Amino acid sequence: MLPNLNNLPVYDTTGVNERIARFCSRSIKTSSKIEGMKLALSMIDLTTLEGKDTRGKVEQLCYKAMHPHDSLKNIPTVAAICVYPSYVGVAKKALEGSNIQVASVATAFPSGQSTLKVKLFDTKFAVEQGADEIDMVISRGEFLAGNYQFVFDEIAAIKEACGNAHLKVILETGELDTLDNIRKASEIAIYAGADFIKTSTGKIQPAATLQVTYVMLDAIKDYYLKTGKMIGMKPAGGISTSKISLQYLVMLNEVLGEKWMNKKYFRFGASSLLNDILMQLVKSETGMYQSPYYFSKD
Amino acid sequence: MSRLDINKTYKLYIGGKFPRTESGRYYAVNNSKGNLIANMCLASRKDFRNAVVAARKAQTTWANTTALIKGQILYRIAEMLEGRKEQFIAELIMQGETAKAARTEVDASIDRLVYYAGWSDKYQQLFSAVNPVSSSHFNFSCVEPVGVVSIIASENKSLLGLISVIAPAIVSGNTVIVLASESKPLAAISLSEVINSSDVPGGVVNILTGKKDELYSHMASHMDVNSIIYCGSDTNTIKSISELASNNIKRTIFYKKDDWANKLYESPYLIEKTLEVKTTWHPTDI
Repeated sequence: MLPNLNNLPVYDTTGVNERIARFCSRSIKTSSKIEGMKLALSMIDLTTLEGKDTRGKVEQLCYKAMHPHDSLKNIPTVAAICVYPSYVGVAKKALEGSNIQVASVATAFPSGQSTLKVKLFDTKFAVEQGADEIDMVISRGEFLAGNYQFVFDEIAAIKEACGNAHLKVILETGELDTLDNIRKASEIAIYAGADFIKTSTGKIQPAATLQVTYVMLDAIKDYYLKTGKMIGMKPAGGISTSKISLQYLVMLNEVLGEKWMNKKYFRFGASSLLNDILMQLVKSETGMYQSPYYFSKD
Repeated sequence: MSRLDINKTYKLYIGGKFPRTESGRYYAVNNSKGNLIANMCLASRKDFRNAVVAARKAQTTWANTTALIKGQILYRIAEMLEGRKEQFIAELIMQGETAKAARTEVDASIDRLVYYAGWSDKYQQLFSAVNPVSSSHFNFSCVEPVGVVSIIASENKSLLGLISVIAPAIVSGNTVIVLASESKPLAAISLSEVINSSDVPGGVVNILTGKKDELYSHMASHMDVNSIIYCGSDTNTIKSISELASNNIKRTIFYKKDDWANKLYESPYLIEKTLEVKTTWHPTDI
């Protein structure tokens, strides 16, 4: 049932920024940094969502997911591959035998401007093709017009269509304007049955920021305190350096705690983050700064 | 009431901006009498890393800038330097040069820039060739910049030595990260202000101040740097640079003598040092 949206906490941008600034200035020991980077690597949803995607591109990305950088020993693989529904079958086959999940965007991604019927069909198709996780977008237009019940019902319907697949709900924070709206949308998504809430599609600027992620983590925390249920979080878009990924992990640990510090409850939606982490890990082994030239693109 | 002193804050020059070192450290530079002239940024390896990122980002665009424009921009640096000559002379004097030697060095520096500006659209003809081959191919070699070049500048000729290595490297489309003279760094940072106001895109020239011993190994080992120039004669440093540079087969260039006033340093062969030759086989008669 749609929760009461009138008594939600109100966010003060200056206060949030102050809090973020503190997360970003924590000093981290070199050994912890390396562990942190490996953890971040294991949380990546390696993503390709382009009109020009091909079967070959997706297969190559799957190979990269299973073999991030073979000369580095003791590194995890990424958590999942994230593709359009039409490539779920390709990815599923390419990833056979690995424990990497296949995530698929659905529901008229990225705009979400279509009928529920089409969105349900889109979702069911992806699930039939073998998707383990569905990344849906909310109807931002309806949300901004105040039709919260509509947004809630839509998410609930998609959740039902997902069956056993995990549902990640993309709020597209770049279009929601205020932190209070983001909190409101998080609340709707969580109560409607989301397993994860996700910041952005990556197609709209600004994408993920520490500020919006903080507000979403706060919503997850309040829900956990109230019900004892753990919801996952996925910032996506614009996270391209290991330094920023560590800042997210610091925030995650300080807001939600250690229980969330694994790929079951936290993901990074990213493509270039992987190579940056790999370069830093090689740097920490060899002592030499690395060049993207020596790392496979995908 | 007398005016307060307005002392200049010397900062680094990275990616077209003037940041302080991320490390927050500094070192004191004294004149020959032991009096403090300025506190300089003591750049860290992270500043160097950031400079490499800026240089890499700028490199393709700079290499694709037409020879004519590159030449004009180098000439523009010379024009700007000419206009601020007195400042540079004063800085060299502060660092211990005589008035006469300082003026000669600044004049020679300006002339050297003009010299290399003139070569911008001419060195290609010297170093490129159509090659005779005994098959039905049109075979030709042309030159391209090596890419990102790290430079450890001359310790003594702090302006002329610097310009003599920067100009031939950037005229062909390389981008550079320079570690200025450790004991005489003032002119290098003032030069970055001249460069910044001469239409040189940000990132093409990056200038750091700091300790050679702390930075040279990173300048030699960074995998995204394509060539390293070392102006100095310390044999251990040269050996160490050569070893570290081998990891990604960096081009190593050593200038052991400190005779930068010599006209030998005005030569297209200095441009050639940071060029790579590309040979193409093009089928004909099919």
